[in-house]
Amino acid sequence: MVLAGGLSYERDVSLRSGRRVLDALRDVGVQAELHDSDVALLPALQEDPPDAVLIALHGATGEDGSLRGVLDLCGVPYVGPDAHASRVAWDKPSAKAMLSEAGIPTPEWVALPHDRFSELGAVAVLDRIVDRLGLPLMIKPAQGGSGLGAAVVREEADLPAAMVGCFAYYTTALVEKYVPGKNIAVSIVDLGSGPQALPPVEIVPRDGVYDYAARYTAGLTTWHAPARLDEKTTARVIEVSLAAHKTLGLRDMSRVDLIVTEDGSPQVLGTNVSPGLTETSLLPLAVQAAGLSLGRVLATLIERAAARG
Amino acid sequence: MTGTTQDDYTDVYARRVRGMSTSEIRALFSVASRPEVVSLAGGSPYIAALPLDAVGEMLGSLAAEQGTVSLQYGIGQGTVELRERICEVMALSGIRGASPDDVVVTVGGQQALDLLARLFLDPGDVVLAEGPSYVGALGVFQAAQAQVHHVPMDDEGLIPAALEEAIAAVARSGRRAKFLYTIPTFQNPAGVTLTEERREQVLEICERAGLLVVEDDPYGMLSFEGDVPVPLRARRRDGVFYVSTFSKTFAPGLRVGWILAPHAVREKLVMMSEANVLCPSTFAQGAVTQYLTTMPWREQIKSYREIYRERRDVLLAALRDLMPAGTTWTNPTGGLFTWVTIPEGLDSKAMMPRAIAARVAYVPGTGFYADGTGTSNMRLNFAYAAPERLREGVRRLSGVMEQELAMRAVFGPGSAIHHHRRRGAATADAPGPDLA
Repeated sequence: MVLAGGLSYERDVSLRSGRRVLDALRDVGVQAELHDSDVALLPALQEDPPDAVLIALHGATGEDGSLRGVLDLCGVPYVGPDAHASRVAWDKPSAKAMLSEAGIPTPEWVALPHDRFSELGAVAVLDRIVDRLGLPLMIKPAQGGSGLGAAVVREEADLPAAMVGCFAYYTTALVEKYVPGKNIAVSIVDLGSGPQALPPVEIVPRDGVYDYAARYTAGLTTWHAPARLDEKTTARVIEVSLAAHKTLGLRDMSRVDLIVTEDGSPQVLGTNVSPGLTETSLLPLAVQAAGLSLGRVLATLIERAAARG
Repeated sequence: MTGTTQDDYTDVYARRVRGMSTSEIRALFSVASRPEVVSLAGGSPYIAALPLDAVGEMLGSLAAEQGTVSLQYGIGQGTVELRERICEVMALSGIRGASPDDVVVTVGGQQALDLLARLFLDPGDVVLAEGPSYVGALGVFQAAQAQVHHVPMDDEGLIPAALEEAIAAVARSGRRAKFLYTIPTFQNPAGVTLTEERREQVLEICERAGLLVVEDDPYGMLSFEGDVPVPLRARRRDGVFYVSTFSKTFAPGLRVGWILAPHAVREKLVMMSEANVLCPSTFAQGAVTQYLTTMPWREQIKSYREIYRERRDVLLAALRDLMPAGTTWTNPTGGLFTWVTIPEGLDSKAMMPRAIAARVAYVPGTGFYADGTGTSNMRLNFAYAAPERLREGVRRLSGVMEQELAMRAVFGPGSAIHHHRRRGAATADAPGPDLA
């Protein structure tokens, strides 16, 4: 069973991922059905339990661990990390803290809920942020994906609007030092011999901003797979990505998003436990660049999840 | 390896489609289709009120008994039988003496607008339209590479002095305004109706300026409070192109609309429509003809009016009871929509994610302006949701606005968001037609 849809902001992306997954599985002879995360799901799981579930839900339902916890209660195996690891990876500040502790480079940051601004005074808090982290800054919801609610702030005067835009999506904002460099995504799959990094993908948005439209409108972004990195940098990027995957206790499949600075140093921005699988998503591009078949990769992951029971 | 954009046709696309892209707001509407969300966002009529069993029988016999005709190609102009019925429908609205020869049946009102745009608009031409205006028309005009110049309205509809000023401003800029696109009765999205007095003024202004009028009248029969002013086309035979549809009086899924046009223009419209769709669906035309001939459609419209009036009352009462101070709205006397102006400092587009999280949906005002304005407004549909859901939707919306006001107070006036519609179309800020 492939789960797609859900009630998150990324419902539309998830539905696209789900349809793509079904096509890919059908191409390799695997029968699967698409199901939304709704009131009909648990009765369906009970009536006709699938061998395993592939979660193509993006946003909170698919990634915050809660649905995985429910699947555990139902005894239904699923592809991807368990509830606990998902919850940590989904919450960007928690994940960054763990990565930092493990010595994995990630841009300097502060995470602040909106009521801290009302409590302490927005101007004073924003001043401290700019003093400490400098400009430009990257503002994003502490939980969420697809670039929704995210903004690069280059002028201090633009900071209040970016904060309000961010808080429209989630109650806590992650304010990060903006690190210029190449946008790189490393997809990781475990097909039976341990986590393996697929070729890094480099993202070059046409208008310079990798926002929602640039992510999901074919033609607005150029992806280079493999990324245009030298051998040494590629090796370092892969090493750091695998370290992030392992540090966060991820399983089966994940995507690590990084910035690679001009001097070749990778900085991990975050990880994704339910990577996008649409026509313009990064993991399918990486699978293709590795000379693999998306259907076979997913079918193997499903078999492995089913075998875990 | 060179990069991929996942679109090998980027260099081949026509210039007019190069701006098309998906949008965050469109993504948010995807959630609005879930039952947990009270959607006040769609443009859908309340089809459940139709006698669906009887309609089903009618459609069955249309195939079984008349299938050799109803499932065959038809003529580009539309069947004579339907065009005759359309003239009867228009007579009820006040357009008397129209000839079936001057009617062109279209695939919904939308194709009618598309044909008129193709017929009259060259790239760079100007269309005058109410501000705000129907998002589907804005999409058609954008596809024709025309520029829309909005003319403001008040509670009495389009403001004649503003229309004169707009015509003069376009002339001063050295461009040519080809027509005024107007929805004079129960306007979408504003819900207001152009008064009797102003109808004459608007027509005179357009005549003096040599400006054609495209009159879109999908809602004219859905009056809650007695008679409405007769259409502009009932007052002038020349220079006014009348567009309407069965989408709001019968069923939008059938996609049957029409244009009433002067003879010379009608011939061109038919040829263009044939190049476009060959002929409108013969089966759908047969269905509408049968519906108008054999079923109590006038009573059905009365029933719609009663349902919608009750729902409008519920929505307006909820707005009065629950909306934060500083919120205002129009008082529609027919149609499907009310237009809400939100307190200063709020931004209806920026507030959308918060609304979706609170399980309520609306269309931000920016969906109804070609120039990206409209952040102070939202359109609410009162026709589709059940009365108790309408009140619940307003309750949720009010909470969202209170939260957003608190947030703005914390971050101050500098928190106003500057939206850049870099790939800019109003359609990016409005839902697709399937959203109820």
